[in-house]
Amino acid sequence: MINGLLMDPIDTVVTVTSPIFTGEDVTFLLEGKEKTIKAKTDIPIYHKVARKTAKTGDIVLKYGEKIGFAIDDFNIGDHVHTHNLSSILSSKKDK
Amino acid sequence: MKFNGYKRPDGHIGIRNHVVVLPGCICSAGVAQKIANKVDGSTYLYNPNGCAQNSRDTAMTLEILSGMIANGNVYGTLIVGLGCETLQKDNYLNAIKAKTNKPVYYISIQEVGGIQKTVAEGVKIVEALKKDAEQCVREECDLSEIILGLECGGSDPTSGFSSNIVLGNTSDRLVDLGGTPVLCETPEAIGAEHILAKRGKTPGIGRKLYDTVMRCEKLYLDAGEDVRNVNPSPGNKASGITTLEEKSIGCIHKSGTRPFSGVYEYGQIIDKKGLMFMDGTAYDVASVVSLVAGGTQLVAFTTGRGTPVGNAIAPVIKITGNHDTFIRQNDMLDFDTSDSITGVKSIEELGEELLKYIIQVCNGETVKAEDNDISDVAINQLSSYC
Repeated sequence: MINGLLMDPIDTVVTVTSPIFTGEDVTFLLEGKEKTIKAKTDIPIYHKVARKTAKTGDIVLKYGEKIGFAIDDFNIGDHVHTHNLSSILSSKKDK
Repeated sequence: MKFNGYKRPDGHIGIRNHVVVLPGCICSAGVAQKIANKVDGSTYLYNPNGCAQNSRDTAMTLEILSGMIANGNVYGTLIVGLGCETLQKDNYLNAIKAKTNKPVYYISIQEVGGIQKTVAEGVKIVEALKKDAEQCVREECDLSEIILGLECGGSDPTSGFSSNIVLGNTSDRLVDLGGTPVLCETPEAIGAEHILAKRGKTPGIGRKLYDTVMRCEKLYLDAGEDVRNVNPSPGNKASGITTLEEKSIGCIHKSGTRPFSGVYEYGQIIDKKGLMFMDGTAYDVASVVSLVAGGTQLVAFTTGRGTPVGNAIAPVIKITGNHDTFIRQNDMLDFDTSDSITGVKSIEELGEELLKYIIQVCNGETVKAEDNDISDVAINQLSSYC
């Protein structure tokens, strides 16, 4: 069952469309083919799960665009939200 | 396809036929409301401003209120002033005359002499206006006359991947029919300015879009605030939106894919056709008000968490991609796009259905915000709502 949305093939996160419990599969379509990620934590509905590992400072992509950078390392299947992802602050971004 | 609207003497097209009672300032609001309450079918337009503001904010208040009165949905207006406030009779009448030739009357409580006499005189004027308004009949209008505000509030992630994408499809359809969708909410384009910059019809328009967003971000920085620390809101975050960039990229989806034909100031009258951008606020009510002042006859408003926001002058259509929200808060939501998530319907099918629904609303079908008499007013104040 499809329970995840990948907005763009280059995205590093997938949005879940139902509540996911630890150990459950998140299934999404990548160019028409089903792909699966095993959730490492509970993920509330419409929140994001990592489909790529990230080191602190790495750019995170959704909709094929930069939505911020990792402020903590995370692995595939981790919940990605305010605890490990931050905006590129206006005061700090490259002009 | 056509719709039936009201052709106004100033050339604007309306989809409602309001006779408006507007307080000139907050001090006369209670009396203005009494007048509106006594005349069936009249429309009370709340106004908390008009006095004790700095000159820039006073000008902004006048620009917005005069624009709302000039909106095609309004037949005529009575302004009820106190008498001693900053915005005097001539300020109102001259600002309105510059935008429209429709009937506008002004009385003041201090001049007429107290509450009872003002209410009695106001009721006479509004009853006469109402009688005249009832003579107006709907006539066939081309869909290219539709000016549609694009707005969101109480967003959750479904806004970005369902309702805003469906609305974007509807926006594209309206542009192709010669109509005018208007994107607003400049702070919620922060982080998406590079995308907007590529969507100008000309390089100049693209540059202006980019500069408008950058200027907004700088306003926050100048005020000692990093906007990316305060937006998304706590509710946005609880529902799964993490950063302003994520929110913004989802937000601008509702403008579809067509090029932007122009950039307007906050509340400026929209006088050209095609997809437009207005320099509005992140505070959705202040943004809706600027769209209506600019001439949008209706506003398509997406929400994931649900919001009752409405406007006295223009129907505000509530669209959600969150099916649970649509069911639980059904008395304030009009259109459900969640079938795009489950795959039951395509974005194209839902975009076409939404356009058909918008045409029904143009023809007179009321939306939930109208059924519930919801009318909110906030006007941007020296960036405080920016």
